[in-house]
Amino acid sequence: MNNLHTKIEQTIGQPFVENPMMSMRNVDVFYGDKQAIFDVSIDIAKNEVLAMIGPSGCGKSTFLRCLNRMNDTIDICKVTGSFDLEGKDIYHPKQDIVPLRARVGIVFQKPNPFPKSIYDNVAYGPKIHGLTESRSELDGIVEDSLRKAGLWDEVKDRLDHQGTGLSGGQQQRLCIARTIAISPEVILMDEPCSALDPIATSKVEELITELKENFTIAIVTHSMQQAARVSDRTAYFHLGNLVEVNNTQHLFTNPDHKLTEAYITGRFG
Amino acid sequence: MNNLKVNDEGFEQREPTVSKKTTLDLVNKTLAKRYRAEKRFKLYGIVSVCFALLCLVVLFTDIVGKGHSAFFQTYIKLDVNLDQVVLGISDINDPDEIKYANYQKALRESLKLIFTDVKGRSDKRKLNALISTGASYQLADKVKENPALIGQSIVLDVLADDDVDTWLKSRSSGAEGAFTGRLTTKQLAWLTTLIDADRLEQKFNTVFFTNGDSREPELAGVRSAITGSLFTLFVTLLLSFTIGISSAIYLEEYAPKNWITDFIEVNINNLAAVPSIIFGLLGLAIFIGLFGMTRSIPLLGGIVLSLMTLPTIIISSRAAIKSVPNSIREAAYGMGASKMQVILHHVLPLALPGMLTGTIIGMAQALGETAPLLMIGMVAFVVDIPGALTDPSTALPVQIFLWADSPERAFIERTSAAIMVLLAFLITMNTLAVWLRKRLERRW
Repeated sequence: MNNLHTKIEQTIGQPFVENPMMSMRNVDVFYGDKQAIFDVSIDIAKNEVLAMIGPSGCGKSTFLRCLNRMNDTIDICKVTGSFDLEGKDIYHPKQDIVPLRARVGIVFQKPNPFPKSIYDNVAYGPKIHGLTESRSELDGIVEDSLRKAGLWDEVKDRLDHQGTGLSGGQQQRLCIARTIAISPEVILMDEPCSALDPIATSKVEELITELKENFTIAIVTHSMQQAARVSDRTAYFHLGNLVEVNNTQHLFTNPDHKLTEAYITGRFG
Repeated sequence: MNNLKVNDEGFEQREPTVSKKTTLDLVNKTLAKRYRAEKRFKLYGIVSVCFALLCLVVLFTDIVGKGHSAFFQTYIKLDVNLDQVVLGISDINDPDEIKYANYQKALRESLKLIFTDVKGRSDKRKLNALISTGASYQLADKVKENPALIGQSIVLDVLADDDVDTWLKSRSSGAEGAFTGRLTTKQLAWLTTLIDADRLEQKFNTVFFTNGDSREPELAGVRSAITGSLFTLFVTLLLSFTIGISSAIYLEEYAPKNWITDFIEVNINNLAAVPSIIFGLLGLAIFIGLFGMTRSIPLLGGIVLSLMTLPTIIISSRAAIKSVPNSIREAAYGMGASKMQVILHHVLPLALPGMLTGTIIGMAQALGETAPLLMIGMVAFVVDIPGALTDPSTALPVQIFLWADSPERAFIERTSAAIMVLLAFLITMNTLAVWLRKRLERRW
């Protein structure tokens, strides 16, 4: 095993694409004195699903949260390197965080609907960003988002019910609906199915495949099967290093790096 | 653990160290002991709760037992002849004359009608002492209201003197004999006559709720104290709620975590433990001494009490804000909400029940507080009902303190009655706190 833990000099595979939606270079992340991410460079292409896998504590969630600056709320977290969203640096001092998050939405591991009605949950984003002028327009956005999230048929008769009263899977799809209501360009998903049962998981996975049409998605997952099912490219993280990025099929069938192989064959993780 | 060995297939196996039987025996052996300990533990709790309940019951029975009689007051039924000559009114249309007419004399005359045989200056004075000095004002008010009564004869229930009231109440309870107090044998005989003539009666004591303080127990009421307390609380609520909640939000959501914040936090906790009289001294030195504010006004009392309740409100509000799950904040930030939107739309609504509970507990504390008010002169003898935040006034607990100090026996029951009024306010506030929390609480 020890021979696997050699210093990772360079990411193997194809981390870079042409005309990327987002492109990250030489990213280091520190929590206080502890470094969590070591010199990661990767691109995310338009309308692709990029899966990030790796053992617990490998920094994949940390990296994901850097993509819409969610780590700004953590005082001791320091991020260096460049993050470009369509050629613009999102960590630029003049970059306002509010429009950034309107463009890069996030869905969390644990479903966290607001303790408000289903309608208000979805309408919240459009309301605070002033996306609509009339109530009917807002109604349209809410319905559209719930339809896209595959939740409309289940909740259309009880939009005034508490969002927190839904089942876990429905709550997570509500959170996705809430995110797509502000029509972001990129959706980040931080282990969106880890708190869900298999049926709810398969629904969310179907949804991800459909959302690919309109959105760019980066998804962190613990389940390799899930990564294999939904993603176009997969990135394997190990102890804060980005080991390998490759076409999903390629990575799971014929990994280029022995660490990746060790992980996907279940020798550790 | 040395009992791990690798078997032929390469799997690790654990060898049992103790046989099953002995483990079970050991467990069974300690089981009875564990249950006994658990029962004892539960019993301690029950005993403590019972003790607390017993204390409460004793307190309430004592206060209600002493105070309930204050809600009834003795009146003497008199046939008052509102003769123009007796009243000394020459022109019935002159309001000044009606105001200053000799109502005292009219009452005396009507007493004389009942006790025709009472002669002599001293006896007459004693007879007149049976009715309250406030009775003439009572009559005057009635006439002022309806001047047409002049010249007629009316039946009026006039307030009896507090000695009469005390005697009558102790007579009816009757355990250790009636308490005569300052009443002479002659007066007692007259009172018996009045009872026989069915002229002494007990009615609900409205005076207690409509009057301010008085030297005469039968004329003393809690209205000025209640008004003073309400004004003071209003100021306290206004100041401590706004300042308290703003500081809590800043400290929880905005303040950087450094030694200055830690220092502030430690000092807020210290302030919560400072004896209330110190805040009174502070008010005296700063607000009266330095800023030259008027003493004994609700505005000043409210400021001093809000200094006292601020730490309570800040601490409980911070706890309420802390208890809002971080996932809600993240969800809102993830949607692109600004910090203020996160706080106003999500954190505050969820923290509000806790904040309100803390505030109402702080208010209840302020309502019952006496010591700081003594230092800033709200211990005054206030007869008039305060009409503004800058009128001299007193507060309910201070009123209780003052009455508890008074020598007249009739003040004993009034003290207890005032305590009952104060407790009623406190219980109402606490019920309100529970109701608000239940109503605003959201589940998820």
